[in-house]
Amino acid sequence: MSAPIIEFKNVKKCFGETIIFSDFNFKVEENEIVSIIGPSGSGKSTLLRILMTLENIDGGYINVAGESLWHMPWQGQYVPANNKHLHKMRNHLGMVFQHFNLFPHMTVKRNITEAPMRVKGVPRAEAEAFAEKLLQLVGLEDKADSYPNDLSGGQKQRVGIARALAMKPSILLLDEITSALDPELVDEVLDVIRNLVKEESFTMLLVTHEMYFAREISDRVCFFDKGAIVEEGEPEVIFTQPKEERTKAFLNAYLGQ
Amino acid sequence: MNGFEWDWAFTWEVLPMILSAAKVTLLATLLGSLFAIFMGLVFALLRRHKSRTLRTTVYWVVEFIRSTPLLVQIFFLYYVMPEFGVSMSPLATGVFALGLHYGAYLSEVFRSGIDGIEKGQWEAARALNLSLADTYKDIVLPQAIRPMIPATGNYIIAMFKETPQLSAITLLEMLQIAKIIGSENFRYLEPFTLVGILYLVFSIVAAYGIHQVERRFPKEGFSLK
Repeated sequence: MSAPIIEFKNVKKCFGETIIFSDFNFKVEENEIVSIIGPSGSGKSTLLRILMTLENIDGGYINVAGESLWHMPWQGQYVPANNKHLHKMRNHLGMVFQHFNLFPHMTVKRNITEAPMRVKGVPRAEAEAFAEKLLQLVGLEDKADSYPNDLSGGQKQRVGIARALAMKPSILLLDEITSALDPELVDEVLDVIRNLVKEESFTMLLVTHEMYFAREISDRVCFFDKGAIVEEGEPEVIFTQPKEERTKAFLNAYLGQ
Repeated sequence: MNGFEWDWAFTWEVLPMILSAAKVTLLATLLGSLFAIFMGLVFALLRRHKSRTLRTTVYWVVEFIRSTPLLVQIFFLYYVMPEFGVSMSPLATGVFALGLHYGAYLSEVFRSGIDGIEKGQWEAARALNLSLADTYKDIVLPQAIRPMIPATGNYIIAMFKETPQLSAITLLEMLQIAKIIGSENFRYLEPFTLVGILYLVFSIVAAYGIHQVERRFPKEGFSLK
């Protein structure tokens, strides 16, 4: 088996006095789709945010695509990564946020082309052609010139997905992408993800409260509690025959079984 | 008691001189504001720098500038700096002093404007791998400008009203010219009244202009297509 594309080794993370991870280990294989479920405050989002370099770590190592994420080699040892290293590493990753975080002063098209143009130096015409393709993919080709505030929540999130894809990440992080949406808008966003994984292979890490979706799309489901993976496995197994009491309690509360 | 009778002939005679001095006042204000906006931005960005030493230093520099009188700063720049080999014309000194002084005030306005940008915007910019410079230029500042407009405008108007202080270093701005006219003709009523009225008119026009700029500015910020 090839080396995992993401690997957490003895990772420690605190927010002040609060310990989120004390000794966290976790692996994701290339092209694997992993759903992370669990109660709020269990560190699910923190895991994604650490990978996206929005939060740093207080100990341990993380490897992404064969290189250390938060450290870099320097004179024979590993030292904390500098901006240049983090900049390089971020090219592997893309993230879609719970609250979209679209740029409200930019058109939908510009939201999508901004990073490719600025970061990768893609010429405008090429970036816009790709943006149009992405908008087609998420079913919003007629909204290219709209501003985010003129869109519904579901449409905003579809733009959020297109914006992340514009940077062609090999790993996609989805952080509760439907949690801020009205229930009737959830499916239009999930459908985009469904189509996406049908057409291309992605390594995808998603934190979600949509249990049916997690069950349907994932190769593996991890149940998180208090900064640790309590139970993980194939979705069918986790959802139908959970072994751990905490998993059972959580799923019962969630699915109302 | 001729000083208390308004002399229209004298008024019309001195008005052109005062108006041409108003150009100096406006020029000092315009250049002073541009320099103040620039310095304010520099101070505000340095106060967000990751180096703690730099942040603290800039904090105290700003505090120092804000807590000493403008007139002392003007005198210092005009009369003391030449001893260190730096001498500037009254106008250049005035622009520099006003810019520095009001830049210190504006840095607080800019800082709170930048702080008002949601954390999610910074995070999205980082997730998209935008550089810090691009994040400020394309994401943060375009959205931060609108809430900064009213306070910035007020400071610029305040600066405009402080330009008479530059008469202390012989800049021939409105008040200085009015004083000269007064002492030459032994009539102060008309020149000083005219100066007061011109300040009032310019301030009201400027305040209206700033309000219009704010009103017409897109709510989301500088829009980028």
